[in-house]
Amino acid sequence: MTLLITIFAAVAVTVKWYNRKNDDMRLGSLALMYWGASLMWFVDAIAEYIELEAEFFTPGAADMLNDSFLGLSVVALGLVIWVIRLLVADPKGVVKKMFTGSKNAADAEIEKE
Amino acid sequence: MACFTVSLAEAIVVKVVEKKIAKKEKLAESDHRSSAEKPIIPLSTRLGWLSKLLFGGSALLAFEHVWHGEVVPWFPFLTAMNDPADAMEMLTEIGTVGVGMAALVTAIWFAMSKTALHIVGRPGLRGSKL
Repeated sequence: MTLLITIFAAVAVTVKWYNRKNDDMRLGSLALMYWGASLMWFVDAIAEYIELEAEFFTPGAADMLNDSFLGLSVVALGLVIWVIRLLVADPKGVVKKMFTGSKNAADAEIEKE
Repeated sequence: MACFTVSLAEAIVVKVVEKKIAKKEKLAESDHRSSAEKPIIPLSTRLGWLSKLLFGGSALLAFEHVWHGEVVPWFPFLTAMNDPADAMEMLTEIGTVGVGMAALVTAIWFAMSKTALHIVGRPGLRGSKL
């Protein structure tokens, strides 16, 4: 389930990246992160299949639930990493504008006094 | 158990190489040398894709290992290191699954890189008379 959820996230972000108007949101990095994890879990799944054979395709309900929860958490972690990187890189200058804007307002107040 | 460490190690090496190549490319660009031979997609850009695949993948896999209690925030960080039998199993996993992961990601990146160069190099269909 973790592999499946990560693949769905990777495909969704890749489609969004393909339809982007500009590269300001840095969706490519997020897509590559999910694809990297998907490929790695794919190898893990092959190793597990070699060990468990047909049993690999019939996991228990508790295992599936735990794996789904893990998959969603992984997607959330990827989004958090991406948002932090986006805010630090600040390609649109929104964060910088916010800080310089408030500084200018403070300067204006001092000038009034 | 610790399969992501191989990809993480490769990611660090790739990042160092990427930075060095980017510096060389910048120098070459500023010198206006071999402008005709300049690649369509610079190697440093393509290496950047590989490092993002490896760093991103290993970060999310590291989280999975924390989830399963295989990685802990205190020394020796890997719970398998506490028992010699588990340590041997871990090393076997690193040598098989870990190397397999790094090899697959690198192979996919190589194919992706070649495809990107092919796509950028081919004549555009939109607006052409064909």
